[in-house]
Amino acid sequence: MAVTFLQPGSPTRRFLGDFRESWIATGALAVVVLIVLLAVFAPWITPQDPYDIANLSLADARRPPGFVGSEGYVHVLGTDAQGRDLLSAILFGLRISLEMGLAAGLFSFVLGASLGILAAYLGGRFETAIMRFVDLQLSFPAILLALVLVALLGQGKGQLIVALVAAQYAYFARTAFGAAATERRKDYVEAAAATPLSGRRIILRHLLPNALPPLIVVATVQVANAIALEATLSFLGLGLPETEPSLGMLIANGFQYMMNGRYWISVYPGIALIVLIVAINLVGDQIRDQLNPRLRR
Amino acid sequence: MLGFVLQRILQAALVMLAMSALVFVGVYAIGNPIDVLISPDATQDIRDATIARYGLDRPLWEQYGGFLGRLLQGDLGRSLVFGVPVLHLILSRLPATLELAVAAVLAATLIGVPLGMYAGYRPDSPLSKTIMTVSILGFSVPTFWVGLILILFFAVELGWLPAGSRGETVEVFGVGWSFLTANGLKHLILPALNLSLFKLAMMIRLARAGTREIMLSDTVKFARAAGLSDGTILRRHVLKLISIPIVTVFGLEFGSTLAFAVVTETIFSWPGLGKLVIDSIQSLDRPVMVAYLVLIAFLFVLINLSVDLVYALLDPRLRRGQVA
Amino acid sequence: MSAAAVLQVAGLSTSFFTKAGVARAVQDVSFTLGRGEVLGLVGESGSGKSVTGFSLLGLVDPPGRIVAGSVRLEGQELVGLPSHALRKVRGRRIAMIFQDPMMTLHPVLSIATQMGLAIAAHERVGRAATRARCIEVLNRVGIPGAAERLDAFPHQISGGMRQRVDIAIALLHRPAVIIADEPTTALDVSVQAQILAEMRSLVAESGTSLVWISHDLAVVAALSDRIAVMYGGRIVEEGPTDVVLTGPRHPYTQGLLDSLPSRAKPGTELVQIPGGTPSLLALPEGCPFRPRCPRETEICRTMPEPTGDALRRARCHHPLVLSPAEAA
Repeated sequence: MAVTFLQPGSPTRRFLGDFRESWIATGALAVVVLIVLLAVFAPWITPQDPYDIANLSLADARRPPGFVGSEGYVHVLGTDAQGRDLLSAILFGLRISLEMGLAAGLFSFVLGASLGILAAYLGGRFETAIMRFVDLQLSFPAILLALVLVALLGQGKGQLIVALVAAQYAYFARTAFGAAATERRKDYVEAAAATPLSGRRIILRHLLPNALPPLIVVATVQVANAIALEATLSFLGLGLPETEPSLGMLIANGFQYMMNGRYWISVYPGIALIVLIVAINLVGDQIRDQLNPRLRR
Repeated sequence: MLGFVLQRILQAALVMLAMSALVFVGVYAIGNPIDVLISPDATQDIRDATIARYGLDRPLWEQYGGFLGRLLQGDLGRSLVFGVPVLHLILSRLPATLELAVAAVLAATLIGVPLGMYAGYRPDSPLSKTIMTVSILGFSVPTFWVGLILILFFAVELGWLPAGSRGETVEVFGVGWSFLTANGLKHLILPALNLSLFKLAMMIRLARAGTREIMLSDTVKFARAAGLSDGTILRRHVLKLISIPIVTVFGLEFGSTLAFAVVTETIFSWPGLGKLVIDSIQSLDRPVMVAYLVLIAFLFVLINLSVDLVYALLDPRLRRGQVA
Repeated sequence: MSAAAVLQVAGLSTSFFTKAGVARAVQDVSFTLGRGEVLGLVGESGSGKSVTGFSLLGLVDPPGRIVAGSVRLEGQELVGLPSHALRKVRGRRIAMIFQDPMMTLHPVLSIATQMGLAIAAHERVGRAATRARCIEVLNRVGIPGAAERLDAFPHQISGGMRQRVDIAIALLHRPAVIIADEPTTALDVSVQAQILAEMRSLVAESGTSLVWISHDLAVVAALSDRIAVMYGGRIVEEGPTDVVLTGPRHPYTQGLLDSLPSRAKPGTELVQIPGGTPSLLALPEGCPFRPRCPRETEICRTMPEPTGDALRRARCHHPLVLSPAEAA
């Protein structure tokens, strides 16, 4: 049954070609790009600055979508319990979510990848100590760890990022270690290590490039997870302070009004959150399938 | 074999010791515990008395020693909010969480395995693609949001199921259980479904990946060549093989199901451990937080230990060899 | 001959529709198998011989499918048969044995369970009768202590024993045809010889016809009545074993014979066919063997039609030995 295939084009080109072939992933990528643009330009496209208390009027609070408020413009998605324009609040909330997700993802990536690759390179006691700790932490639910850290450190963006990174770096470390350790044991790396070549060269030229593809997959998923985790913490009242409502807090604030039919305060921020998270995950899923040689046919 | 078991138990005890130290330092050393023990406008005398009573003037390692000693005697301290022994508090809330977690795990298995097997058997059919899309949702959509939507649909819009609390319970062995009454069962459905969603998605993935791999194997080709129907192959050959990783993962994931109950219990006002710990975090009830974390850590160490031991029973190579 | 034909294959073509293109694994394969006859199907890996075997049982997995042709088993057309009807044929009237016995048996089901399932797939038999039948068939394939072996798990028995279990499963319903896809390749040489001998006597006593797929011309020569040589998805030469071995007409068959180590004079270098197996996605225009063939000319850019008759034919513009019709 051995069938020999021709493999035209460069790997990158083929990767992009395969990616474009999945219209779900292409659509998801477009959605992610759109949301990022909306979030970045939120201050210029929203009708209201939702963080400026002076703008808010309680007379406008909890109005349904389409309501024309005291400022004279239409609240397309209605208003929340403080009289915020929900559309503005959502776009600013997305900004915070993305900020937190990307920052946490980046720091976890750097910390986790460094630890994992270093463990693979150095081996021995260092490897045992680090990977033991990482595995122990991986068996412990990230959400509990983040929950406790936030409770102890207090509220604020910096504290939140620390909690998210502490909860997530272990995934990067495990992935980087797995890929780098396999490569480290290959003959050509062993041979390179035996020469007076610098360790930095081995790490940068051999270990890192091989660990990169799986790390990228983990990174997409973990950015989505960080966003979800941040929303969950905020929903539980342990995230960012009230003055800068993230999506999770908007949803939490609307929860009590949902029971008597004012669904929009929770539902629209929720939809924004879900669309963002799912879109990132779909992109990540496609990348993972394409990088997994076993599923290639 | 005995040596291996002893070694593993010793390791588990060491991990437990390290975890308890981490938890203790984390909770007591960050921030000043005295601030949460008494009100800010208490007199200096009351302040000193409280500090002396809790031993907060001693060095940290001494405090930890005392904490550890009391822990080994089953004394986890008193809740600052409820004023009752923490152990008592936790034990009274544990059954509700266990009930919820078991129901969720059962639901995830009974629904997830057949769906995943189908998706692995017919990977290109529209139904399979739908199943996989839903499982991506289950993985990525935060639990609290799904809980909200479940409430919005089934409780608010349709009015079929209650949105919170345990409902009627029946006392068995001095503990109240919801699943024994029709009303309690109704209360259990939404939270259990909510909590199971993540595991359900994982179950679907595991079952699909396993089924797909096995269906392409020579074993299945040979069975087909012998005239076995695909139904028989799925029921006998595939199910038997995928059940091994599924059972393993479930053992490992049961602990995290308990942890995730934190979110579900908050949304559905389910009076279990998770709700207790969120309340204690919000009211900075440190003894309860510490006890909960130590308990969860203990549970994880215990589960990891049993998985190791079961593997050693199944795989003779692990027994004599290096502890990797 | 054709009156006793058990299996008639005509114009069978199977293609794999992959992202990289259409792989024509089997093209226009035709042969006839008499009752009790052993046909050796020879070719290198990638020649399409295994896919031919799977196609006969209708066991081609997507993205592959049979695109043309006919497979008649005892007069019944199998191509295009609905899957439930095909299932009833498989294992009962046509069975298959695979290359690697380490991969075919289910690792955590006992041999008794696996054989029982194979029986239950076609017949309703009681528990005791099932057991008796399994023991009887295991005895026939030369497994000592069959009653105890029956309750073993595959990992508890050797590779040779496993392959015997596979053969026993194939024999359970006394099928008219057994397709054997290199069943001895993965085994030790001594076990290979035993199993070859056993297969020969089993086939002879039960009247079962056998299609023996192999890359090893020596194995096929020892076992088969007739030989069909495959190259690039097509049968390029077919005929009685001794005729093909002594007077090959296709240059590829000649090349295969020349490269047999047993034919080389001691101390001389082994002969190789230059070049490699063509990709099934990009077969050369005309005769697939053309790029490697010493006798290639301009006419080889067109596909040669088989010359000769059903008993002895070849697909070559420049055959080494002319057929009687060509010679005339």
